[in-house]
Amino acid sequence: MSDLSAFREEARAWVEGNAPEFLRGKAADPNAWAAGGRKAPFIYPESRDWLLAAADRGLSVPTWPEEYGGAGLSRDEAAVLHEEIGRLALPLPLTGFGYSMIGPTLLDHGTEAQKAEHLPKIARGEIRWCQGYSEPNAGSDLASLATSAVRDGDFYVINGQKIWTSGADQADWIFMLVRTNPDVKKQRGITFILVDMASPGVEVRPIRLISGASPFCETFFHDVRTPVHQVIGEVNGGWTVAKALLGHERTSIGGMGRGGARASLPDMARDYVGVDGMGRIDDPAIRERVTQCEMDAMSYGLTIKRHGDGLEAGHKPGPESSMFKYYGTELNMRREELMLSIRGPQALGWEGEGFEPAELNQTRTWLRSRANSIEGGTSEIQLNIIAKRVLGLPD
Amino acid sequence: MAPLVLTAPQNMLARTAAELVRKHGGVDRQRKLRDEGAGLGYSPEVWSEMADLGWLGIPFAEAHGGLGMGMAETVLITEAMGRGLAPEPFVSAVVFAGGLLADAGNAEQQAEWLPRLIDGEKRLAPALLEAGSRYGLDRVETRARANGGGWSLSGEKVQVVGGVGADGFVIAARTEGGDSGLTLFLVPAESDGIEVVAQGRVDSRNSAIVRLSDVHVAAGAVLGDVGGGLEPLGRAVDRATVAVCGEMLGLMTEAFERTIEYLKSRSQFGVLIGTFQALKHRAAKMFIEIELSRSAVMSAARALDEDSDDAELQVSNAKARCSDALILVTNEALQMHGGIGMTDEHDIGLFMKRARALEFAFGDAAFHRQRFARLRGF
Repeated sequence: MSDLSAFREEARAWVEGNAPEFLRGKAADPNAWAAGGRKAPFIYPESRDWLLAAADRGLSVPTWPEEYGGAGLSRDEAAVLHEEIGRLALPLPLTGFGYSMIGPTLLDHGTEAQKAEHLPKIARGEIRWCQGYSEPNAGSDLASLATSAVRDGDFYVINGQKIWTSGADQADWIFMLVRTNPDVKKQRGITFILVDMASPGVEVRPIRLISGASPFCETFFHDVRTPVHQVIGEVNGGWTVAKALLGHERTSIGGMGRGGARASLPDMARDYVGVDGMGRIDDPAIRERVTQCEMDAMSYGLTIKRHGDGLEAGHKPGPESSMFKYYGTELNMRREELMLSIRGPQALGWEGEGFEPAELNQTRTWLRSRANSIEGGTSEIQLNIIAKRVLGLPD
Repeated sequence: MAPLVLTAPQNMLARTAAELVRKHGGVDRQRKLRDEGAGLGYSPEVWSEMADLGWLGIPFAEAHGGLGMGMAETVLITEAMGRGLAPEPFVSAVVFAGGLLADAGNAEQQAEWLPRLIDGEKRLAPALLEAGSRYGLDRVETRARANGGGWSLSGEKVQVVGGVGADGFVIAARTEGGDSGLTLFLVPAESDGIEVVAQGRVDSRNSAIVRLSDVHVAAGAVLGDVGGGLEPLGRAVDRATVAVCGEMLGLMTEAFERTIEYLKSRSQFGVLIGTFQALKHRAAKMFIEIELSRSAVMSAARALDEDSDDAELQVSNAKARCSDALILVTNEALQMHGGIGMTDEHDIGLFMKRARALEFAFGDAAFHRQRFARLRGF
């Protein structure tokens, strides 16, 4: 532990010395977070400075090996670094699917050449990634996907349609699942492949959601050619890679259930509901819900820590990611519902006067949160996975 | 904060504890003790074997003949006991009464009692609850009147766990008005004026009413300071609460695993009932609740051991979580077993009955949520 406290001092000094003044305190501002990429502008130029300063030291992807642009930190060290970043309420230097999903997947399943080609560009925020999994007729039943890839010399030719591709309109590359064999059990004919979004034949249409935002797209592929060396893992072995990546995705989505830099529920409740003579939230039902939410977040955070401590101690990772995805998202949704209850009529704002910016934002984040239990495998699918793979219940 | 994983010696301790409980018959032993009725409600030979293994000395300093371990180890013992419904009064006698003595007792009291508690020769029972106490530690009507150089105690304690056959009691009594007036006394069971009456509870454990009629004790019977009982009592209750959480964790895990086995073996409509999604999803949710409970308990135990600032918060978090999870799991276990679960012959009902006693020990979920909110200042 003593070496960790030495590391903390080092991390603190680095953060103090390199984080742009402007970004300090902006952790809750979505515009401050950068996912990089060729097309995506940095809304604040300081986000770019912050990303590059971190990337120069490998700290944009702190746990990745140094040869791929990381700093080779242990999980504990990375947690300390992130705590120090959080202490100044800064955004992380880098966010996005490259960092959280395809990067870790390449580290596990990529060849040396694939890692060398893609990882350093993610680390420096040069390339932004999106995910091509779901299709109009392959949602919860993901393995029934139909987008086809047919080999033609050194290329695969891709035809079909993906849906719910987050940020496809801003991404430079897509990692996707394609059908390479239609004649076998559906899971056995799927291949995991990487495609440059600038390839001829790729067309992207944003989808407008109930929140008014368009974070997702429909993505069409008409005779799109990608080199065979962009296949990750075995041809027709993509389901294995996909499950590993879904594990990263679930952990990443599930991570939203933790407290972090977001608004404090007790503070918000004191503000909107008021306090009684003893300083308690002046509505026993709201107070009870706030308490339950805070306690659930505490136990959930401790479970994430226990899981991480177990991995560090050499335990094998299992199907727990389904538990994190299920519980983290349900908790986040419960929290959003509770924040609506706390703000009451002031949570109804859509635009214009009469509402604070935070209230207007609340309406949108609540609507956005309704997708949490759908994306990345619905809550019901996660419960099925736990029942089957953890508890061994029969089909 | 310490990692939430077991060390190799902790794993060994957990295995040994599980083996001890199993070796003596597991849940069958609890059923047999219940059917025999009356008496101690536990097995003296198991108690002395626990003493031989050193477990009665787990939380005590080596200077007192203990093992010098902490709550992280204590919950491993109680978890194993919870799995097998082992009825030995480990939490009440060792963690609570013994812990209070080690915390607040003077050198003379410790020298007199601790070595004998640790080797299993003597047993103390904490007499905390009164009929009107509910969960308030300061809701005490028992009076202590200054009498000569000593004190005279009168009142009635109920549901004194391990009270039948105890060699002495730790008794909270009111010496003045208000919070500061609570004083703890160490009272030998053979004192004049003490009447111990066995009490029947749904979990058929050793439980007693202890009636005190002008029980005279010397000045040296005061544990800690006169009027200063509430603070050490609160600390002892926090430790005992986490020990109880360990038992709850063991009990819910065992009831859950038995239920999963049942879902994999019982057929209806020509298929195993474990194929029904209505049951699968509920089973998966129980699994998650048990996982969260385990994290909360491991963390609370370590927070007490490290004396962290948020230890009380963590204790309440663990007890609230375990209470809710345990009731969910034992009620669902019975439902999923169907009619057979309602029969006395089947074991699952024994788990449900014990679960209720654990739920109400040292405060239920609602009580601990209130405490959590109060500690957090909202």
